[in-house]
Amino acid sequence: MSMIVSSIGQGLLWAILGIALFLTFRILNFPDMTVEGSFPLGASTAVAMIAHGVNPFIATLAAFFIGTIAGLITGLLYTKGKIPILLAGILVMTASLSINLRIMGSANISLLDQRSIFSIKILQHLPKYFDSVFLGFTVITIITVGLIFFLQTELGQAFIATGDNPIMAQSIGIQTDRMTIMGLMLSNGLIAFGGAIIAQNNGYADINMGIGIIVIALASIIIGEVVFGELTLNERLVAVIIGSILYRLVLLAVLKLGFSTNDVNLISAIVLAIAMILPQLRHAFQLDKMIKKGITPHD
Amino acid sequence: MTNSVFSLKNVVVTVGDGVQILKSVNFDIYDGDFITVLGTNGAGKSTLFNTIAGNLSISSGEILHNGHNIAHETAVKRTNYIARVFQDPKMGTAPRMTVAENLLLAEKRGSKRTLHGRGLTQKKLTEYATLTKVMGNNLDSRLNTATGDLSGGQRQALSFLMATRVKPELLLLDEHTAALDPKTSEQLMQATNEQVTKHKLTALMITHNLADALKYGNRLIIMNAGNIVLDVRDEEKKALDENTILRYFVS
Repeated sequence: MSMIVSSIGQGLLWAILGIALFLTFRILNFPDMTVEGSFPLGASTAVAMIAHGVNPFIATLAAFFIGTIAGLITGLLYTKGKIPILLAGILVMTASLSINLRIMGSANISLLDQRSIFSIKILQHLPKYFDSVFLGFTVITIITVGLIFFLQTELGQAFIATGDNPIMAQSIGIQTDRMTIMGLMLSNGLIAFGGAIIAQNNGYADINMGIGIIVIALASIIIGEVVFGELTLNERLVAVIIGSILYRLVLLAVLKLGFSTNDVNLISAIVLAIAMILPQLRHAFQLDKMIKKGITPHD
Repeated sequence: MTNSVFSLKNVVVTVGDGVQILKSVNFDIYDGDFITVLGTNGAGKSTLFNTIAGNLSISSGEILHNGHNIAHETAVKRTNYIARVFQDPKMGTAPRMTVAENLLLAEKRGSKRTLHGRGLTQKKLTEYATLTKVMGNNLDSRLNTATGDLSGGQRQALSFLMATRVKPELLLLDEHTAALDPKTSEQLMQATNEQVTKHKLTALMITHNLADALKYGNRLIIMNAGNIVLDVRDEEKKALDENTILRYFVS
């Protein structure tokens, strides 16, 4: 039972990444590799600041800020430098490996007995693992509600249109470059913010913690889509959160089968691949019809 | 005659290998002109449009808007006063957004997009229902449909409404009926004419349909090999027939 609670907590915390990646992967319609750099960037920034005695909340906000800078650089390379988005992301991701080492001064820093955002009083009264559920739920709710409001503003609609049809967007006066840069900044800011929170939850920041992040974030998006199918935009954001929790539960089940935590990246990739292939299999074998047939009584 | 709203002075456009695709074009657009543009493929019609809209930069010359040179303004900046309907129905609308959402987006052409709510109220929907009804193709009953699920004709009608939602100083119609079947095409052409006349829009319309070019508008130009080879208006335009026009195509 406690394992399940822990998985739900992890799912809620990691959902920040899923939501953040949704902004670029689904709304702007491109894969942004920067996230593998901005995630550890946020983690190392926050942990290093906390280790130097900075208030954990300020450190976590600072992580968001530095993530937006990573997004800004990718955005400038892509829109002004005309570097393909995949390469622009990889460049910033690679560069941030060195930046992270500079920030931390070593390959990893432990928080040991330092205060973190998980040290606040209210969380101390909760049973084990419920602290991440509570904090994760609060944070992801604030982010999601904020995004829902933002996407319904004039600016948010211009942002969506940019990803949907850039030519049309430009023809009605939308500065698509600016929208793209804004999306990358917001997305990577949130990823770094997530990195800061997850590092505090783990109790350490590590230089390698960004590896495979994009697959985990994508998995929550795709699982949510496969499970729920056609949804409105707002519902899709919620589906990402549920997808993130489901992913953690799948992971838990697989680990229970005897795989080790070293296999996590392999399992993540397989889970994502299966989730992405599933819609086509469903179509090819008409699984929907078969399932429907199976659950409707014969007349 | 009143002053020209847009004016091209000795405009030359050169592509990569030094070929001039517009050769010193001089062209004035007056307020209220509805100009049909004819010419074979490669004559420079699309180049002319892209040059005016700012998608192509010019090698020399001036593009004046109310007497002010806009040759160095970006395409996005020029959308403050120029609107465009493309030939490809897929290009003019955002496919995952609904008809109403697309119209809302177009309503902000020329003004700043802020963090204000987008304002998709019931009142707006009623207003859009009236607006779309004039196109006579059921668009009014599909306001909450994603535009990707509309027919080509409906999408083009929507693109047209979007382009004219905020009255542009110049409307560029780039063969906007060419991708449609003959009946739908004619219907959209008539709706276009009604709207352009009713709202006194200044418009340039590329077409390959000679009958349409003769029937609509108060002015007609023919392009050939990067030049404007014929520019007639009013009575002179009315006197034209298809055979006369075709002669300008071969020269």
